[in-house]
Order: sequence, then structure tokens, then C-alpha cells
Amino acid sequence: MFNQFQILGRRSMSVFQRLGQAMLFQLQILAGLPGLLRHPRLLIQELYSVGVQSLAIIVISGLTVGMVLGLQMYNTLVDFGTEESLGPVVALSLVRELGPVLTALLFSGRAGSALTAEIGLMKATDQLSVMEMMAVDPVKRVVVPRFVAGVISMPLLAAIFSAVGILGSYMVGVGLLGVDDGAFWSQMQHKVSFDKDIWNGIIKSFVFGIIATWIAVFEGYTAIPTTAGVSNATTRTVVHTAFAVLAMDFVLTAIMFGES
Amino acid sequence: MSVSQDPQQDQQMLVDINNVHYSVGSRTILDGVDIKIPRGKITTIMGPSGCGKTTLLRLIGGQLTPNQGSIHFDGVNMHTLANDDLYLMRKRMGMLFQSGALFTHMSVYDNVAFPVREHTNLPEHIIRALVLMKLEAVGLRGARHLMPSELSGGMSRRVALARAIALDPMMIMYDEPFTGQDPITVGVIMQLIRLLNDSLGMTSVIVSHDVQEVCAISDQLFMISDGHVVDSGGPSQLQKSGSDWVQQFMSAMPDGPVPFHYPVIPFIDDMLLEDE
Repeated sequence: MFNQFQILGRRSMSVFQRLGQAMLFQLQILAGLPGLLRHPRLLIQELYSVGVQSLAIIVISGLTVGMVLGLQMYNTLVDFGTEESLGPVVALSLVRELGPVLTALLFSGRAGSALTAEIGLMKATDQLSVMEMMAVDPVKRVVVPRFVAGVISMPLLAAIFSAVGILGSYMVGVGLLGVDDGAFWSQMQHKVSFDKDIWNGIIKSFVFGIIATWIAVFEGYTAIPTTAGVSNATTRTVVHTAFAVLAMDFVLTAIMFGES
Repeated sequence: MSVSQDPQQDQQMLVDINNVHYSVGSRTILDGVDIKIPRGKITTIMGPSGCGKTTLLRLIGGQLTPNQGSIHFDGVNMHTLANDDLYLMRKRMGMLFQSGALFTHMSVYDNVAFPVREHTNLPEHIIRALVLMKLEAVGLRGARHLMPSELSGGMSRRVALARAIALDPMMIMYDEPFTGQDPITVGVIMQLIRLLNDSLGMTSVIVSHDVQEVCAISDQLFMISDGHVVDSGGPSQLQKSGSDWVQQFMSAMPDGPVPFHYPVIPFIDDMLLEDE
């Protein structure tokens, strides 16, 4: 019994120690932000690698999620004779919740895992050490551009996901199931508020972008520099991001929409 | 910046490692190491795998901090420096890692240009001239468009060497430069180390366990075992060392003060045991 408490205590300490390390790492990143102004090309390269190269998975996933949502919502709404509300129902679901959350999960699987593996392998092959020995700070040179690119990319990818999703539900709802075209768009325009829905969706995707990229670069930078170490760090990135994003989604939703 | 007390010694010695202790957890790696590295010479630190040779290089470069003792580079205690001052000091030293540690997403040319671009505002045509000079010195000017994945192990190390000397450092540290190389590449690297040291007036520190190679090019050697310096001197002095350990190491004998067998119960007792 005493041993169980010891193990629990040790694990709890280790979790808090790791959280502390992550906070200090984040401070290092923030301190390195001004230096990025001198290397705008690094940011552009990373925006391409983190953002543009994630477009395909975001567009395809957004389209299929929107199509499925359109089909499922139609089947429910038609029983109540309110299938004309398909547009706002799908748009609100995507803009408020599914867009930011699913984009963050997909982003973590595509770009986050790649960031962790890349930085972890740079560590394992001494590329970060050699930078230090060349008097180049690896946090400023390697981590900061990737972090900023992730934070900028996430809201844009989430917006694209939602837009393509709405298009997918339009194709199914209006194109295949016969929902009125005008009603689909006009009700959406009427029900979806920029301040409450779209703006809160942007805030969510921005916060998820910080969480997903922070976890990815931290796991990569602190990975044990072996094959197994990098592999474990990559797995942790995806799992921890999923937990953190879903938990933070509940908190943000409660703050943003809890009183309505 | 704190400066050591003896200015005359500072002038002669580029690196002064004084009573350095270093441990990781409960494992002691260095236990009171004293080494003085003179300017302009090739100094080699030898010892078996895992004895702390690479750790010593990282301590000199300020990537690790000793638990006790001090390391002065050019009269400055490396481990009392603020981060910015430490980075300034590192501009004066180069390091060749065992793996080469080339940036895999950059060409050979961009790898060598990397430190120059990071630390100077030179126009691109001057950087080009500098990079080609360094690559010419290591015989790989013709390979400048290749990517690291297209290079052999020996070529990678030569590119890494060109990159390490790109800013003309005062000292260059070589971590196991000969390990895993074919005889021709070993010969090329040996020649390069000696040539660059003499022609550029640098100080070279090599850690290695390749006895023949380092004896051929080193001015002085330090032998490390169990966290201590067990012997030091010129190559010929060490060949005649009275230490059994040094003799075993220099002559590559499989058994001696360093036993062939990992500590274990007698073989006959082990055979009589029924279960593992």
C-alpha cells in the first residue's frame, strides 16, 4: 500500500516537473520571438511546411465531414419538417466546434507529429548540439519559426475546414436531397453571428494552435535522442494534443457559450 | 567574465581544465581531471569507450557544466559566463562531431555557409568565395551541390570540418574523427587535421581511441580511465609508460587491468545453477 502511494507520488511529481519544463520552454520561445524578425524567410519556409502541406488532409477531411453532417442532419430535420434549417445547423456545428477541434486533431497528426520527429531527429543526430557549438541558439533558429508557423496556420486551416465542410453539406443537402438553395444560405446568414460564432471559433482555433504546436516542439526538443525516444515523443505529441485540445474545448465552450 | 590568476600560464595554455568532477545521477564520469592544452598544438585525449572523452569536449564547449572544478578557455572560466558571453566564446571554437552532424535539409554549400551567414553580414559573393576556399581545403569543392544523404561517411566528416573552420576558430575539437572510416579516409583526415592546425595556427583537441592514428599526429596525449588522467606525455613517452593500463590500451591487449570478462560469479558455479 505504501509502495502504491510512493509510485503515485513519484508519477505526480514527474508530471508537474514536465509541466514546469514546458512552461520554461515556452518562455524561451517567447524570448526568441523578436529574433524571428531578422529571419522572415525561416517563417515562410515553415508556413509552407506546416500550413500549406497540411492543406490536402484538411480539405479532404472538411469535405467529407461536411457531407456526412449534411446527410445526418437532413435525416433528423426532415422528420420535423425543418430541413430548411440545414444550412445554419451545419454551419454552427462546424464554425463553433467541429472546425477548430477536428482541425487541431488533424493538424497534430499531420504537422505536429512531423515537427516532433524532425526536431527529435535533429537532436539525435547532433544537429542541435552542433548549432549550439556554432553559437547559434537552436531554440531561436529551429523552434521559434516552427512554433509561430503553427500558431498562424491553425486558424487559417480551421477556417478552410469549416468553409469546405459547409460546401460539402451544401452539395449533399441542396444538390442531392433537394433542400432549397435560397433557404440554405439565407438562414445560415441569419443565424450565424460573426461576433458570437465565427469570432469565438477563431479564438478557439488560435488557442488550439498554440497548444498543438507547443506540445509538438516541446516533445521534439526534449525527446530522448534515440530511435525509440523519438518514436515515443511523436506518439506523446498526438495523444497529449488530443487530450489537451478536447479538455480546452470544453473550458472554452463553457466560457463562450455557457450562458446562452 | 572571470579570468584565471596566472597571466603567464594563460598565454601558454589555451584550455586549462582544473580538478573537474562530473556525474550523471549516481554515476561518476569524471573524478578530478586536470588537463592543460597548449596553444598551437594537437592534444589528444584517449581512453576506452564510455570513459567521458566526449563529455570532456562538451564541458570545454560549455554545453555541460561540471559539478566541481573549472575550465578556462583563453583565460576565461567558461562556466561563469552569461549565455550571451558563452555564445561569443563559442564563435572562437569549432567542433567536429563523430557523426558529422550536417544539416540534412541543406546542401554541402549551405552547410558550410551556415555559420558565416549566421554571424556576419557579408555579401553573398564574399560568402561564396569563403565557402569555396574551405571546401577546397578539404578537397570537396566539386561536391558543393550534393545533399548530405549523397555523401559517404568520410565526405560528411570533411564537409563538417570545412564548416567547423568556416569562421577561422582559435581551437577545433574533434570527437572520434577516425571511427568507422576506411584507411584512405583515415589518412585524409589525419593529414587535414595536421595541415589545418599548422597552416591556420589553430589549436586542436582530439578525443579518440585509435592509437596508431593519434600517435602519428599528436603533440601530446592524455590517457583517461575511471574518471582520472592515468598518464600523459608525447606519443613516444606513452609507448614506454610503466602503467599496465596504458600498456594494455596502447598494445590493444584483450585482458589485463581492464578485464575481458564483465564481473560475474565463477563459470563452474554458474553452470551448476538450475534456473536463470
